[in-house]
Amino acid sequence: MAKKLNMRKRYELLTRGLGWEPTYQSKDKVFAQEAYEGIKITDWSKWEDPFRLTADAYWKYQAEKDKKLYAVMDSFAQNNAHLNLADASYVNALKLFIQGVSPLEYAAHRNFARLARQLSGEGAQIACQMQSIDELRHAQTQIHTISHYNKHFNGMHDPFHMFDRVWYLSVPKSYFDDASSAGPFEFITSVSFSFEYLLTNLLFVPFMSGAAYNGDMATVTFGFSAQSDESRHMTLGLEIIKFLLEQHEDNLPIVQGWIDKHFWRAYRLLGLVAMMQDYFLPESPMSWKEGWQIYFVENAGALFNDLGRYGLKMPKYHEIATAEADHISHQVFGIFYNYIHAAAFNLGLPSEAKMNWLSEKYPDTFDKYYRPRMEMWAEMAKEGKRFFNMGLPQLCQVCQIPMGFTEIAKGDPMQIAYRVSEYQGEKFHTCSDGCKTIFDYEPAKYVNAWLPVHQIFQGNCGGAAVPDVLNWYHFHPEDGGDYVGSADEARWKAMKGEAAAPEAAQPTQADAA
Amino acid sequence: MSENKVFMIFQNTADAQPFISAFAQENPEATLNYQPGMVRIEGLGELGITQEVVSEFAGRAVDLQELHLTLISLSGNIDEDDDYFRITRH
Amino acid sequence: MTVKCIQGEYPSVHMDSVDRFHGNQLVYVGWDHHTSICTANAYPLPPDMPFGALTEAVLPSVLAPHPDFAHIDWSKVEWLLDGQTFTPDMAKSLKDNGVGHKSLIRFKTPGLNGYQGTGN
Repeated sequence: MAKKLNMRKRYELLTRGLGWEPTYQSKDKVFAQEAYEGIKITDWSKWEDPFRLTADAYWKYQAEKDKKLYAVMDSFAQNNAHLNLADASYVNALKLFIQGVSPLEYAAHRNFARLARQLSGEGAQIACQMQSIDELRHAQTQIHTISHYNKHFNGMHDPFHMFDRVWYLSVPKSYFDDASSAGPFEFITSVSFSFEYLLTNLLFVPFMSGAAYNGDMATVTFGFSAQSDESRHMTLGLEIIKFLLEQHEDNLPIVQGWIDKHFWRAYRLLGLVAMMQDYFLPESPMSWKEGWQIYFVENAGALFNDLGRYGLKMPKYHEIATAEADHISHQVFGIFYNYIHAAAFNLGLPSEAKMNWLSEKYPDTFDKYYRPRMEMWAEMAKEGKRFFNMGLPQLCQVCQIPMGFTEIAKGDPMQIAYRVSEYQGEKFHTCSDGCKTIFDYEPAKYVNAWLPVHQIFQGNCGGAAVPDVLNWYHFHPEDGGDYVGSADEARWKAMKGEAAAPEAAQPTQADAA
Repeated sequence: MSENKVFMIFQNTADAQPFISAFAQENPEATLNYQPGMVRIEGLGELGITQEVVSEFAGRAVDLQELHLTLISLSGNIDEDDDYFRITRH
Repeated sequence: MTVKCIQGEYPSVHMDSVDRFHGNQLVYVGWDHHTSICTANAYPLPPDMPFGALTEAVLPSVLAPHPDFAHIDWSKVEWLLDGQTFTPDMAKSLKDNGVGHKSLIRFKTPGLNGYQGTGN
């Protein structure tokens, strides 16, 4: 009897030789996107498959994962397990997740399908095809899981519509559109390496662990189920980088530039996750800064040490991101505290216990800079003058986040950082050296940015008054505002038997008007 | 120094237990860090398991690719075959 | 660096050119070392509006709730226009003061450094 083939050989037999040489069109035309970015591929057969998971094994394990996940979801729904949450304010993290992350999963599904078509190597085609299917699964399972919460809480009724229009969701949207509108190799470097390999642990690992800590077993299950695919995706990200660098030395500066750019873009996007991690979880197992230390500083440090043999360096401005780890969650929280009347989730000032936790986790910054801010806002609220920012914010031309980040690296952490570039006679403002460098490299791309604030002023967003714009976003009047006094809080209290069922949603928006 | 740190993160579930136990037994230098819902296994340079040991813990013949069902994340370069799975960084 | 394209030139549209703002121009105004107001704010303003209307009408609409705001002595405020120190003429228009489309105006209020001097 013939000896059983080893895994590598089996995989090669199953995935190679599936392509063919085109006869009535040139190969350049069939794979028209492969060369224009300047990447040089000399030999696709050198591709090392990340995870030798053959199609039959892939389907078997994915089916198994879904079976487990749906069993958990069914039992969660039957047992009304949302009542086991530590507190309903936790659900606000899920709102931001379904509004801002799930549409990215769907966009990733579409883009990996494009890559499966546009890359000419069969091994890469198959890896991208599997990832495309994975990403669709993630979008679907997230929608299914969170649909249970949508029956009981606000803000989760129309995430894909919101994603295309809402001011704070233009942050994830513009990041992904930037990658999607680039060539296939920049896209995969951006999403598979800079985002998935370097940073996605920060989204899925401590945050999902936080969900477990707060009694949300349904989210833990979909989060970890998605993350089990992520290990394969991260490995694809690492493989593509090694492959490109081994193929041709001219690829190094191109790849380094993409890693630098998309590290910074993905990092800026994760500012939202930093806020969720430190402020939205009633009980937090790990601070943003601790997560950054473990999953970026240590992990990426080891990784780039490894990749140094190819001449690759740590992404530009990584040391600024690390310096900002002491501030970023507090600053992003501050932005949303200013504008929560125009959001489709609720938040509130941290409790005394939460502030003590923040002091402990951020000994160098919280008491010095951010606790006084919370105290000031608490005093104003107590006098019936809860502070809302009634103007519209200046946005960064690149990351599209309100320009609320400060001069931390320059030792002036309470001064907002302003950067500006001139291009074809117009000024373009950015929030940081990272975003300015990205703008200056490809200004012709970023002048096309659809900045929500400017679009409102141009009259393209349903009207001039805030309620008109919120209506155009498909927000309901009770979706935003402070958690205390919100419709969700009233419902939660009724569910827990602490108060009578609310007659109607409380118009928290009116407080701001 | 953490220059060659590698890690595997698993869901802290019964299905993952044979893998977690095998990593612990076969990598005596590794540290296990428990967080809600998960466990992170960290090592320097290398972490590996064999099919034999995982199967022993599970009480049945385990296909090592079953680790995909409960794996949350990893860091390192993968080296795998039917009878072993390793991540390395040297 | 030009943007790489599959063919031709990258299509580039200035999405915020001044002609799209119905006769207004965009002006950003930020108050230094007062980060509880999380960003500079963006305002669409007529270029012929007197600069004085900024301090009398526009800024109070957003900044008035801050406890420091009522204590500002506008004659002592230090101004920056697009990164350069300048002394605005309150009676003259934004345009005649050199404030253009997407100009950034920053101001410092010496002695008023945010809530309890913490830059908030």
